[in-house]
Amino acid sequence: MVNIQEKISKICPSATFEEGQHLLVTVPDKDWYQLAKALKEDADLNFDVLSALVGMDWKDSLGCLYYLTSTKNDWQMLTVKVATEDRQNPMLHSVSDLWKVALFQEREVYDFYGIKFINHPDMRRFFLRNDWVGHPLRKDYDANPELNPIRLTDEADEDKTCSYVEENGKIKKVEGRVFGEDEYVVNFGPQHPSTHGVMRFRTAIDGEVIKKVDVVSGYIHRGIEKLCEDLTYPQTLHFTDRMDYMSAHMNRHCLCMCIEKAMGLEIPRRAQVIRVMMDELMRISSHLLSFGCMTMDLGATTAFFYGFREREQVLDIFDKTCGARMSMNYNVIGGVVADLHPDFVKDVKALCAIMPKRLEEYHKLFTGNIIGQNRTKGVGVLSKEDAINYAITGPSGRASGFACDCRKRHPYAIYNELNFNEVVMTEGDSFARYLLRLKEIEESVKILEQLVDRIPEGEIRAQVPKIIKLPAGRWYQQVEASRGVFGVFIESDGNKNPYRVHFQSPCFNLVGVMDVCCKDHLIADLITIGAALDFVIPDIDR
Amino acid sequence: MKREDFKDNEYIDQLVEELNATGANVVVGKLDELLNWSISNSLWPLCFGTSCCAIEFMCLGAARYDMARFGFEVARNSPRQADYIMVQGTIVHRMAPVMRRLYEQLAEPKYIIACGGCAVSGGPFKKSYCVVKGVDEILPVDVYVPGCPPRPEAMFYGLMQLQRKIKVQKFFGGVNRKEKIADFFANHPEMEGQM
Repeated sequence: MVNIQEKISKICPSATFEEGQHLLVTVPDKDWYQLAKALKEDADLNFDVLSALVGMDWKDSLGCLYYLTSTKNDWQMLTVKVATEDRQNPMLHSVSDLWKVALFQEREVYDFYGIKFINHPDMRRFFLRNDWVGHPLRKDYDANPELNPIRLTDEADEDKTCSYVEENGKIKKVEGRVFGEDEYVVNFGPQHPSTHGVMRFRTAIDGEVIKKVDVVSGYIHRGIEKLCEDLTYPQTLHFTDRMDYMSAHMNRHCLCMCIEKAMGLEIPRRAQVIRVMMDELMRISSHLLSFGCMTMDLGATTAFFYGFREREQVLDIFDKTCGARMSMNYNVIGGVVADLHPDFVKDVKALCAIMPKRLEEYHKLFTGNIIGQNRTKGVGVLSKEDAINYAITGPSGRASGFACDCRKRHPYAIYNELNFNEVVMTEGDSFARYLLRLKEIEESVKILEQLVDRIPEGEIRAQVPKIIKLPAGRWYQQVEASRGVFGVFIESDGNKNPYRVHFQSPCFNLVGVMDVCCKDHLIADLITIGAALDFVIPDIDR
Repeated sequence: MKREDFKDNEYIDQLVEELNATGANVVVGKLDELLNWSISNSLWPLCFGTSCCAIEFMCLGAARYDMARFGFEVARNSPRQADYIMVQGTIVHRMAPVMRRLYEQLAEPKYIIACGGCAVSGGPFKKSYCVVKGVDEILPVDVYVPGCPPRPEAMFYGLMQLQRKIKVQKFFGGVNRKEKIADFFANHPEMEGQM
């Protein structure tokens, strides 16, 4: 850590440092871009992944926290804080040309906090309507429903955008358009059966070939982060189940771990094992659903029924132990809420026993199908550099050769004791993503087989105080969810409710590469690419 | 399911009473019966879901729960071909005009089922700055199915309630359905003005 600190103070003498979970560097905005460039490009530092970008309102100032990861330096993390005191017209320098993932992340911050990013090419709102009044995550936001009634009229000015350009030390607003004057734009969604929810893509096409994809999100933006600020820590837990409902256990595991880490709580071994087993079961069910939905989107309806047949078996296991098929609400701070059902071991063994045979069946049904292969091979190729630059993790990142499995890179719970392979492929196309998911099911089964006979006896929950208060500070925790690395950021001021909670969802980044992946493909491939990336919309919108 | 297996019969009874009170002649009544029988057994849903409930609805379509048994299986992708929308998931401010347009595009007779806590009342997101607190703020709702998400069995229960409701409808010689939509606008004048 000292090395980095010295290095940074050499590049940017105005930086101040603060020790914590990760080293926190505070830089003034005028030096930020220069430092960011050095952080990314310097051979010793090499922070090539922007893992999370958290907008913040510290009351006296507005700003951002950047969580950077270096894939070359042992996945070391660094936090950078940049703030501005101007509340009327806050501006920060954009880093979207260094880390492309910031293109959408900064738009999110602009939407929530009104911070304008200088040199960002497309400064539009991301989640809320164009005509929304105010920036909701600011602490002084006026929540009066009369300011923002339910509008049943369509949004105006959808094509207009703007950017703030710095010229000779002065900042100028430049109006622009999303699409060119004579581009032919076809609208997809928000109500479209193959967008897997309410997602909207506006595509500029030339004949049948896609030239540009403009993502319009926010059709299921529920303001979870703001809601969390008014709730106590145990009350915030249930939201995670409803964001990426296909990674409910992992998401909740992550939030629980983040809170437990802040409290310094030790989790009983039994609870750890149960949590990991549930995570892997969830991963199987999620990948089965992606298999079913992707094949159905490509027209293979039969495969959908096969995928769902096994998924029901997993859901039965959840149903017996957690009491619900979906939105299980199983993890709690300190452990899990209920002990395992007596049938659990038997059911998991039965699942592990049939899964290899079923996977063979899937391969027979779809993998070898020549129509399926023609529609997926070479479609939506994402290079490794782009995957890293856009922070694409999970199966989609690994299909591009980016070995980013959080279970291996930042092992949590008991993952470092387990024997499983990180599946990595290099093709980076839709077929690789599809195949990789099926292979990951095999790995998850392997993990379950290792644990199912070794569930230790003991407590399922640690003793936690009735009122949970976190010490002042900030924490960031990551887990490997079904679709990539899911992160939870908590900043506490010592009260019983969080000062700020941010969920860094993998799907948010996934949707960011739609434009990159779809370019120069046919419009029919948009569905394939979307299905293979497999984003869950409520996870994007939160 | 038998009549006593349903929990809320009063509402249907009340509809039947109203129907009996207004009276209908034999020919028209029989025509109505035939029409209701056919509509209620071939209810086509719109593929519409915003969040978790939609996944449970997919389970309804898969082999285990198999909604084809009741005639619900032809999930349509266009609202113009669908009979009802089962609103699965939260409706937020940005989605509200879209939801409204989907409703307008449904062909008559059309029905709305509010499925899940979010569609019923806003659910766990009720206090959010941009969530519509129940889809009945923007649309007239026929059946409410609570749950988070409702189990497939609960969804079936809701769908069967809708079938029963359709069976006591009147199309010929006075429509008892359109009035409800008119009532809705009377109660929500601000919504009508916006269209």
